[in-house]
Amino acid sequence: MPDAPGLELIAQGIDDGRAGTVIETSVEHGKATLIVNPDGVLHALRWLRDTEGQGYRFLSSLHAADYLPATPRFAVHYELLCRERVERLNVKALLPDPAAGNGSSPFGDEPLPEVDSCVELFPTAEFQEREAYDFFGIVFRGHPDLRRILMPEDYVGWPQRRDFPIGGEPVLFTHNEIEAPRWFE
Amino acid sequence: MPDETFRDEAEVTERGVSRLGEDPSAPVADAFAEVAEGELEGPGLEPEQEILTLNMGPHHPATHGVLRLIVTLQGERVIDLKPIVGYVHTGIEKSCEDQSYWKVIPFVERMDYLAYFFNAEAFCGCVERLLELDIPPRAQYLRVIHMELNRIHSHLVGLGTTALDLGAISMFWYCFRERDTILDMFEMSGGQRMHTRYFQVGGVFEDIPVGFERKLREFCEVMPSRIDQYEALLDRNEIFLRRTKDVGVVSRERLLELGVTGPLLRAAGEPWDLRKSPGYLSYGDFDFKVPVGTVGDGYDRYRVRIAEMRESVRIIEQAINGLPEGPWIADERKYVLPPRDELSTSMEALIHHFKLVTEGFRVPPGELYYSVEGPRGELGCFVMADGSSKPARVHFRDAAFVNLQAFRDMCVGGLIADLIQNLGMLDPNLGGIDR
Repeated sequence: MPDAPGLELIAQGIDDGRAGTVIETSVEHGKATLIVNPDGVLHALRWLRDTEGQGYRFLSSLHAADYLPATPRFAVHYELLCRERVERLNVKALLPDPAAGNGSSPFGDEPLPEVDSCVELFPTAEFQEREAYDFFGIVFRGHPDLRRILMPEDYVGWPQRRDFPIGGEPVLFTHNEIEAPRWFE
Repeated sequence: MPDETFRDEAEVTERGVSRLGEDPSAPVADAFAEVAEGELEGPGLEPEQEILTLNMGPHHPATHGVLRLIVTLQGERVIDLKPIVGYVHTGIEKSCEDQSYWKVIPFVERMDYLAYFFNAEAFCGCVERLLELDIPPRAQYLRVIHMELNRIHSHLVGLGTTALDLGAISMFWYCFRERDTILDMFEMSGGQRMHTRYFQVGGVFEDIPVGFERKLREFCEVMPSRIDQYEALLDRNEIFLRRTKDVGVVSRERLLELGVTGPLLRAAGEPWDLRKSPGYLSYGDFDFKVPVGTVGDGYDRYRVRIAEMRESVRIIEQAINGLPEGPWIADERKYVLPPRDELSTSMEALIHHFKLVTEGFRVPPGELYYSVEGPRGELGCFVMADGSSKPARVHFRDAAFVNLQAFRDMCVGGLIADLIQNLGMLDPNLGGIDR
């Protein structure tokens, strides 16, 4: 991982191309993190991938997290890796919840947080963005095929959000299937 | 099959690769257009030019789990393929948020059920780094021994079932014979054959029992000759060679773009192995090689796995010879259960024991991504701690989940029989993919 001054240089480099992209930098537990403006995610990722001397060309993981009750509520983490130097860098885009205050809707029609898709830059993100959409309801603009991936296609709700209850899904047996009429539809 | 057919397939594969990322229905439409221009003027479509969309799975013996494939075929050629996953999604990541840290370990072990020690190491290692807890050298060596045994075990299951799909049923029995001795050793050390919960935050649960070392040495002695036997069965087997050679080739650059890691990437000639990265357990103490392939076809993938098993045996031998004396779990009473014999004499030990078992230990707020080299590639674990005794988020980057994205590139342009071979050599584990 880059050390603290190195991380500042990276942040400076990204901001030179597009002012106001990097909001914060942090180094903890031996991990460097760049917190970026969600509008500037693609710029930051492209800069880190293509700039001479950086070479973070491998996206090892993309995942989302829900920081409820903090605001902004959601984050998308991009775990970048420079394979030549075996250095990892975490880029984190914080996304506000557009449905904040309205309460989340049981019908799944609330406005969803959005961020640009990075599939163009890193084709590996395709499944992982679908997963983040599936579980957190984060919409990736420009994703070629944004559908649910692990949950059933007709599922309503975003199960890994912190306000989604555990055990909310009734388990059907023959003795209680009468409680969920026409469950098979 | 003459060699020219293979060359033809490779070209079609590249054409398929360039189309990825566009509208998924496009290749089908293209194929129709190609057919329509040339052939529809005449008496009609030949049977081998018709487009057939076939649903394979989720219950199919050759999909290695509940994987569903929507395959579009033209004759016997695959012209498009879409994997559909999620049939064994059990919400493990969500369930982990409701368990204290030490109770999460059995959950995550059941994700990729052939690589349970790796899952446990990814999670425990991540929590240890969040706690800034160092584990003693003996625990590191014991973890290495178990993880490498687990790697052999996983490769054996993958090899056995793949060979079974290709018609070599005897390979399946031989691979499972060695797998069973490995499981016997896991039973000795952890009490269970699978999902042993042997790795703990801070080290391992118990020291290895008497007799484990002898059994392990016997295994290390016999295993190389067993690998020779597998090679004797497969390396000159004409059916196996024809089914695997030059099949499913994807370029190294394309694999890297798709985030593929593990034996698949190494078979394409990229020597990338996280075990060689600094600060990851005590792998730096051991002398081992990273096997790489040249072409990146199914045969190379098989060869790389075989060579990795040999290297794993070497690592285990070095680890058992150099196994340091000392504690097998960190002496940190805030996170680690006190020894059983102290409970009857020490009040403090009893209090610690009670607190750890009821509430569990608390982890200071923070988040971390930690990855290990699993049998299928980079197995990453992201843990977000909010200061309580339960994780706020546990996320696994399963290698097979990411590797599956390369499956379309491997298969498009090839025969449907090659699809089975490609899937076997991809070695997916649906428990890990669906989590």
